[in-house]
Amino acid sequence: MPWFAQLLSRGRRYDDISVSIQEHIEHRVDELMADGSSRTQAERTARREFGNVALLEQRSREVWQWPALESILADLKFTLRRLRKSPGFAVTVLLTLAIGIGANTAVFSVVNSVLLKPLPYPDSEQLVALWLNAPGAGGLANFTSGLQLSSSMYLTFSQHNRTFQSMGIWTPSTASVTGVAEPEEVRTAMISDGILETLQVPPVAGRWLSQVDQDPHGRKSVVLSYGYWQHRFGGDRRVLGRTIQVDAQSREIVGVMPRGFRLVDRDFDLLIPLALDRSNQKLAGFGYDGIGRLKPGIPLSQADADIARLIPAWMDSWSNGPGSNSHFYERWRITPGFRSLKQKVIGGVDSVLWVVMATVGLVMLIACTNVANLLLVRAESRHQELSIRSALGAGRMRIARELLIESVSLGLMGGIIAIGIAFASLRLLVAIGPTNLPRLSEVSLDARALGFTFALSVLSGLLFGSIPALRYARTQHAPMMGGANRTASAGHARLRSRNVLVVAQVAMALVLLVSALLMIRTFAALRNVQPGFADPQHLQTMRIWIPDLLVSDPQMVTHLQNNIADKLAAIPGVTSVGFAGTVPMQNIDPNWDEIRIEGKNYEAGEPPLRLFNYVSPSYFTSMGTRLVAGRDFTWTDLYGLRPRVIVSENFARESWGSASAAVGKRLRQFSSMPWQEVIGVVEDVRMHGVDENAPAIVYWPAMLNDPYAQKPTISAPRFVTFAIRSSRAGTESFLSQVQQAVWSVNGSLPLASVNTMQELYSQSLARTSFTLVMLAIAGTMALALSLIGIYGVISYTVSQRTREIGIRLALGAQKSVLRWMFVRSALILTAVGVAIGLGAAATLTQLMKKLLFGISPLDPLTFVAVPLILATAATLASYLPARRAAGVDPVEALRSE
Amino acid sequence: MAKNPEHRDLFPGALEVMILQSLRLKPMHGYALVKHIKQVSEDLLQVEEGSLYPALQRMLKEGWLEAEAGTSTKGRPTRIYRLTDAGIRHLEKEVISFEKMFDGITRVLTVAKT
Repeated sequence: MPWFAQLLSRGRRYDDISVSIQEHIEHRVDELMADGSSRTQAERTARREFGNVALLEQRSREVWQWPALESILADLKFTLRRLRKSPGFAVTVLLTLAIGIGANTAVFSVVNSVLLKPLPYPDSEQLVALWLNAPGAGGLANFTSGLQLSSSMYLTFSQHNRTFQSMGIWTPSTASVTGVAEPEEVRTAMISDGILETLQVPPVAGRWLSQVDQDPHGRKSVVLSYGYWQHRFGGDRRVLGRTIQVDAQSREIVGVMPRGFRLVDRDFDLLIPLALDRSNQKLAGFGYDGIGRLKPGIPLSQADADIARLIPAWMDSWSNGPGSNSHFYERWRITPGFRSLKQKVIGGVDSVLWVVMATVGLVMLIACTNVANLLLVRAESRHQELSIRSALGAGRMRIARELLIESVSLGLMGGIIAIGIAFASLRLLVAIGPTNLPRLSEVSLDARALGFTFALSVLSGLLFGSIPALRYARTQHAPMMGGANRTASAGHARLRSRNVLVVAQVAMALVLLVSALLMIRTFAALRNVQPGFADPQHLQTMRIWIPDLLVSDPQMVTHLQNNIADKLAAIPGVTSVGFAGTVPMQNIDPNWDEIRIEGKNYEAGEPPLRLFNYVSPSYFTSMGTRLVAGRDFTWTDLYGLRPRVIVSENFARESWGSASAAVGKRLRQFSSMPWQEVIGVVEDVRMHGVDENAPAIVYWPAMLNDPYAQKPTISAPRFVTFAIRSSRAGTESFLSQVQQAVWSVNGSLPLASVNTMQELYSQSLARTSFTLVMLAIAGTMALALSLIGIYGVISYTVSQRTREIGIRLALGAQKSVLRWMFVRSALILTAVGVAIGLGAAATLTQLMKKLLFGISPLDPLTFVAVPLILATAATLASYLPARRAAGVDPVEALRSE
Repeated sequence: MAKNPEHRDLFPGALEVMILQSLRLKPMHGYALVKHIKQVSEDLLQVEEGSLYPALQRMLKEGWLEAEAGTSTKGRPTRIYRLTDAGIRHLEKEVISFEKMFDGITRVLTVAKT
């Protein structure tokens, strides 16, 4: 018989069995009565002879069932019915679990998408970031990208290597596009040949950029990103072959990349060929990110060795111009330190994510202990029922199984709600979009994350279920039937497991609170750092680029910038305007120069590399960067091409002892350059973020004589960021006035990176504030959960000992003594938990070292404050039930006898 | 359960054959089956209720029997079990294999005696 037919006919079968058995007994009764028994007697005898009707019916029915599953289903039904009967309990447990599992699922999805999943390129494990180490290059090789590649390096490496299928270099940039709509600044990536071949993602329309497009004198082409194609051209396939103006250069659209394609970790609008001219490449210009695809089976170490071999060849093949020493770079000790592309993309975010994952994991453990506690109470109230069942022959396993089924189904139901919570929080996360979380666009709830949720639900169910199951499967040895526990005082054995849970909770809460407080202290330390600018929310920044093709004369560039500054200054509410090559925390790759100080002997070695910036007059005033000594640049200094320079305070101190001593001193880059006089010293600026040390900086005027040129040539930065000081910064009306002001000077200048300084400042704090918020939420949850735990245990003790309290009161016990008795027991638990927690925290916080700033992982204040907070909270949590105990009416308490 | 130490439980296959053979004579209800087997075997065989009802369900499931709802003379609902064609075929097969088995057992016992 097919199984479904069986299932359908089952009700009838069950009826048959009952009827048959009933009939059997009736016949026997008739028979016995015929023999002369009374009806009652006959019925009793017949039933006794027949045996256990219910059991027999059950066994007969099992013929039609899948016994194990069906009895589990029955348990499940029973569990659900019991949950429906106590909605308060069900809601509490399910919410606790749902939040716990939801938070874990959400964080796991992020960890999974960011850290575990391969990059979205075919065979992505073959992809490497061409990372060079150069310990001798001063500030040029930095922590985030090593030493970047120069174009000549790429030409040598790509031509002569034996370990790569392909390699290429690229650099993110911006360009203004005209002729499509309003002049618009777009994100571009300048790519060499080999980049698309390395990433191996085919275009959705047209073709990749090929070698033809890389000819510096050949055709000019461009490839669009999917997003740009959609919002500018409405996804029209006829754009292929169409021409757009990119930085005043006509370029033909030859292809469109697919949706979601990113260049390593960058979104872009246009891919533009780098079109390197082999004939005029120099050794220097270390400004490109390199990526490569290894030949199958080649390990990184072999690629390192292969390229290490080519570095001398590179120095032999190129130079920095006549008379320069092409083996100069031996001093930099350049070695390849290639790493997987994924590692490069992830950057330093893994430490944050693992800390967050560990945190939510701990919260989940605490939530489990709380649920276990609730289940213990519940099992206690069922104690009598379980004892009776065990006395009637229910096996230990049978009872344990039922308790576990209850807890696992709670876990699973919690898990289902949790998926909703996780989904919502991921949507929120992507919407908020923490800027320094790489691969954010890839974050999703995939099969692996759902598997994780399922496993976590079942495991947590087993975990918090096993505690009552272990306890109650054992009770059959001492069945407490009748009203035994009404007259006895608290069962110490039963309380012990709850006490252990509370201790564990306090310990875990302590670890989380310590971590949270360490982050708060870190944040405070960062907030206290003088960043080198003032009142960032009233400081508007924006970038403007003036291309060669628009204005060729450098002097005119400065005039144009000066005009813009004047127009901007005329906007109502603007107090000051200036511009510079870069403003702090803008994440523009820094520029470095060798700086020689007059009177200092550099024969022993090269002078150190110093960060430099170009600034206009009033830039420092606008930024709120204090002038420590001397004066600011004037427009006369600029237009007069006077050899003047401003330096940062730490540079002045290091070179001349003090800021005031620096004024009037001179410096230069190399011997053929005229000396430049220091006219001012400004306060130190944290260029790379609040948590990075302020570098020593040399500020050149925004228009100067090009020191490298053979004959006098004027040089001016074409790429500048304006800083506008106004109380209206960031408002819509202000921004449109800014735009009008710029366009009134030149209508084809697009604005880019329009931010208030506050946004840049907050971004620099983003990693800390993200970790802080996560830990603070986790810590608060942990504190709340463990307080509920303490409250629960003490309340329970009080309710169990009501009778004892009654007797004590009747015998004259002081209420305050009684209260203290309960508070003390809570404090003892807390103290044990704190002791264990402090040990754990001391070890675990070492893992957070990277995230801390200005404080030690064993910060004494934190390690004293948190136990005090916990002790105070525990006192409060236990005082409430303790007061209730003292309020017991002895007559009421004893009357129950 | 009325335990008579002289009565041994039937092994499952045997119980089934007893039931099938009894029902071949005429359809019966459960209690009648017990009594029938007891009488015919002159009290040598006793069917345990604990084995009978699950066995009946197994045989119903195999399709050897059919349960027929009815009403007794006293107006109580009854279930009469009736042999199906498949049941008859199964019985015949089993009887042959039982005869072979008994034959074998008898021979072994005879040899052991001498």
